[in-house]
Amino acid sequence: MEKSNTPLLEMRNIKKDFFGNQVLTDINLTLNEGEVLGLVGENGAGKSTLMKILFGMGVIRDTGGFEGEILLNGDPVRFNTPFDALAAGIGMVHQEFSLIPGFTATENILLNREPKKTNVISQIFGERLNTLDKPEMKNRSETAIEKMGVQIDSGMVINQMPVGHKQFTEIARELSKDHLKLLILDEPTAVLTEKEADALLESIRAMSSRGIAVIFITHRLHEILAVCNKIMVMRDGYIVKEVKPEETSIPEITRCMVGRNVDENAVSATEKVDDNKDVIMSIRKLWVDMPGEIVRNVNLDVLEGEILGIGGLAGQGKLGIPNGIMGLYEAGGTVTLKGKDVPLNSPRQCLDSNISFVSEDRRGVGLLLDETLEWNIAFPAMQIQDKFLKRYLGGLIKWRDEKAIHAVTQKYVDELMIKCTSTKQKAKELSGGNQQKVCLAKAFAMEPTFLFVSEPTRGIDVGAKALVLEALKRLNREKGVTIVMISSELEELRATCDRIAIVSGGKVAGILPASSASEEFGMLMVSQVR
Amino acid sequence: MNTQLKNGFGPKIIKLLRNNTVPLMFIIICAVCIPVSGFSGSYLLNEMVTRIARNSFLILSLLIPIMAGMGLNFGMTLGAMAGEIALILTADWQIWGIPGVVLAMIVSIPISALLGLLCGTLLNKAKGREMITSYIISFFMNGIYQLVVLYMMGPIIPIKHTAIKLPRGYGIRNTVSLLNMRQCIDNLLAINIGGVRIPVLTLLIIAALCLFIVWFRKTKLGQDMRAVGQDLEVARDAGINVDRTRIISIVMSTVLAGFGMILYLQNMGNIATYSSHSQIGMFCIAALLVGGASVEKASIGNVFLGVTLFHLMFILAPTVGAKITGDSMIGEYFRVFISYGVITVALIMYEVKKRRQKSQMGQQLQQEQMEEESK
Repeated sequence: MEKSNTPLLEMRNIKKDFFGNQVLTDINLTLNEGEVLGLVGENGAGKSTLMKILFGMGVIRDTGGFEGEILLNGDPVRFNTPFDALAAGIGMVHQEFSLIPGFTATENILLNREPKKTNVISQIFGERLNTLDKPEMKNRSETAIEKMGVQIDSGMVINQMPVGHKQFTEIARELSKDHLKLLILDEPTAVLTEKEADALLESIRAMSSRGIAVIFITHRLHEILAVCNKIMVMRDGYIVKEVKPEETSIPEITRCMVGRNVDENAVSATEKVDDNKDVIMSIRKLWVDMPGEIVRNVNLDVLEGEILGIGGLAGQGKLGIPNGIMGLYEAGGTVTLKGKDVPLNSPRQCLDSNISFVSEDRRGVGLLLDETLEWNIAFPAMQIQDKFLKRYLGGLIKWRDEKAIHAVTQKYVDELMIKCTSTKQKAKELSGGNQQKVCLAKAFAMEPTFLFVSEPTRGIDVGAKALVLEALKRLNREKGVTIVMISSELEELRATCDRIAIVSGGKVAGILPASSASEEFGMLMVSQVR
Repeated sequence: MNTQLKNGFGPKIIKLLRNNTVPLMFIIICAVCIPVSGFSGSYLLNEMVTRIARNSFLILSLLIPIMAGMGLNFGMTLGAMAGEIALILTADWQIWGIPGVVLAMIVSIPISALLGLLCGTLLNKAKGREMITSYIISFFMNGIYQLVVLYMMGPIIPIKHTAIKLPRGYGIRNTVSLLNMRQCIDNLLAINIGGVRIPVLTLLIIAALCLFIVWFRKTKLGQDMRAVGQDLEVARDAGINVDRTRIISIVMSTVLAGFGMILYLQNMGNIATYSSHSQIGMFCIAALLVGGASVEKASIGNVFLGVTLFHLMFILAPTVGAKITGDSMIGEYFRVFISYGVITVALIMYEVKKRRQKSQMGQQLQQEQMEEESK
C-alpha cells in the first residue's frame, strides 16, 4: 500500500517566536511507524516548545501560533487543543506527573475513560450515573501495563508508589488508548533509578516493535544511544545535528549540545583564581527539600571576593542551594559564613548575617508588585538593618526617612539605568528586565558582604542582560562582595564567573575554572542526572 | 526519640492518637461528664436515638461536596432554607401527615436546586476558599430568605391561614406549628426496646441515603467528583468538566439538606421561622468534625460517630454546667463554646497535619543522605 511510504509524522519548516524572540527556526522532522527519535539539547534549546506545538498546547496559540505545517500520515493537521492531538493518536507524558494522588494505578490509567455499566437510575438521569465496571477497568489497565513490559501493581494507590512506578503509570495511561500511534516522552527517566530507567528503555523497545513511534527527550545521553533509531540535537532553536546512533558518541553529542563555537571559546579574561584566598562560606552536607529542585548532600566552599557560578540542567537542584540556605525551603546540614554558623530555615537570621538573595522568582518573592520603586528598594534595608529611618524619643518612634529613601532609589535608578517614569512608579508597571534591576538594587541597598543571585537574566532581553551582569561584576570588583550566581546559561556563567560549580542529580558534580572547555561542563551536567 | 520508636507498636498508637485527636477529646469529656450529670442510661439512650434520627440526614448531605474537594460546605444552609419554605407552604395548604412531608420534599427540590446552582457557580469563582465563601453566601441568602418570608409571603406568595401569618396581614409568624405533622415519620413503624423508642422508618430512610452515597461513589459522576476533589488540574487535563461537576455536587448537597431539614423539623414539630436554619450549618459541620472528618476527607462512619458524640455533649453540657457552677446559663454557654471550639481545633489540626507531612519529606531526604554516606 501507499501508506508504508508516507511517514507517520512530518513537521515542515516549523518556526515559532515568543514576542519577537525566535525560539524555533526551520525545524524539519520526519518519523516513521515504530521509529524511536531521540531529541537532545540544553535547556531553552526549543525541545519543549517543539513538542508543545506538536501536542497543540494552549500556550502556543496564546502566544500567536506558529509557522510551518504538520502532516500526520500525509494529511496536514493543526491541533487547537491537546484533546485534538489525543484524538489523532498522539500521547504525551509530561515532565511533571499528572496523576490523582489518592487513586489507584487503574483508576489513573483509565481516568475519564472508564468502562461503564448502565443501570435504571442512569437511564433516567443521564449516563454520568452509570456505575464503573471495575473488573473491566482492572482488565484494561493490566493489558496496558503488560504492553509496557514492566511489573506494577494495578491496585496500588499512587501516593504510596515509588516515583518510578508513577512514571510507568503515566506511560500506561497513554498506552491504554487504543489508537495510540505516537508517544512523546519528555524526560521520563529524570526521576527514575538506574534499574527503573533500564526497564523503561526496554518498554520503549517493546512499544516500538508494536509499531508505536516514540519521541524521547532526555538528558541521559547513553539512553539515547541505547534505544533510538535516530538522534536530533537542538541548540538555540535550530536542529544542529541529525544522526544515527551508530555513527556518533556521547562526547560528540555533548559538543553539539553545548558548544556554541567550541574552538573559539570566547571567554572574557577574568582574573586568575587565587588559591590563597580565604574560604568565606563553607557548605557541608546540605540537603534542601525544594520541590523539583532537590539538593542532596552538597559540599561547597566559596572563596572570599570571588564570583562563583552554579550551573546545571533544570531540575537538578541548582536553584535549591540558595533557596535552602536562605531559609525559603526546608533544609539541613551546616553552613558557615566567616567561621560563624548560619542558622538554616530562618530567613531573618540569614539576612542578619548580611547575606542577600536575589530570587529567581521575581514576581513572587522578589518584588512588592503593588508598591513603588522606592519602597521596593528601601524596604529590606529598612526592615532588616534599620536604615532610612529617623529616630525620635531615643528610638522609641521610628519614622520613615522619605528623603533618604528617594535619594538611594534615585542613585540605583541612575546606576543601573532602570527605565521608569519616576521613583514612585509601581513595580508591576516595569518590564521584566527593569524589574530584575530593581531586585538587584534592593539587594545592593542592603550592602551585603555575600550575595546569592539566582537566574538574574531569566526572561530579560539582551541589553538588560549585559547591564545586569556588568552591575554584578562591578559590585564584586569595587566593593569586594562575594557573589554566588546561579544560572541555566553556561555561556553567561563563563563570561561572568571565576569558577563554576556544576550541579547534577542534586550534588556538586565538579568545579571548574571558567576558562575550561564547554564540553567539560557539558559532561559534568549530564554526569549524575537522576 | 523518633528513631527509637521507629519500627514498633509505639509509633502506630501515637499515629492513631494523633489522627483522631478530636474524637478522642470528646470521648474523654463525655466519659467525665456522664457520671457528673447523673442521667440514667435509658434516658441518654433515648435522647441519643432521637437526635441521631433527627440530625444524621442533614450531616450526610455534607459528604458529597467534601468528596468533590469543596471542603466543609455551608451551602447546606441554603438547602435548609428551601426546606423551611416548602414546609411553610405545605402547612398553609393544610396537607398534613406523611403526604405533607412528601409534598414538602417535592416542593423543596426546585428551590434547593436553584439555590445550589447559584452557590455552586459562585464557589467556582472562589476555588480553594469554599468554606468561608459559602459561609458568607449563607448570610447573604439569609437576607433574601427574610425578604421572601417576611414581606413577600402574603402579598405575592398567597398565604391563607392566619395562624401562620403575622397579625399585620403579611409575613410569617416567628413560629409555625407543625403539630399535625409532628413525628409522623418517626412514629410510623416505631418500636420500643427496653424503654428506648426506635423510629425505624426514619432510620431506614437514613440507611437508604447511606446506601445511595456508597453506590454513588461507584458511579462515573462519583469517580469524577473524587478526581476533581483530589486534583483539579489533572482532572481538567483528563477532559472532566470540573466546574460542572462541582456545581452538581453542591446542588446534590443542597437538595439533600432540604430533605434533611424537613425530616429535622417534622421531628421538632414546629419551625422557628427566622432561626431554625441559622445555626444548623455550624452544628452539622461541628458534628462531622467531632466524628474525625477533615476538610478533605469524611466518611459515613465519621457522621455517626460525630452525631453521637456531639449530641451527647449537647445533652450533658447544660446539666453538668449547672451542677458544677449552680448556674444553668453556664451550661448553655458551654454548648456554644464547645461547638465553635471544635471547629477551630479541627481546622488547626488539619493544617498542622499537612505541615507535619511536609517536614517528613525533609526528614526522609536527610535519612537517605545519611544512608548514602554510610555506604
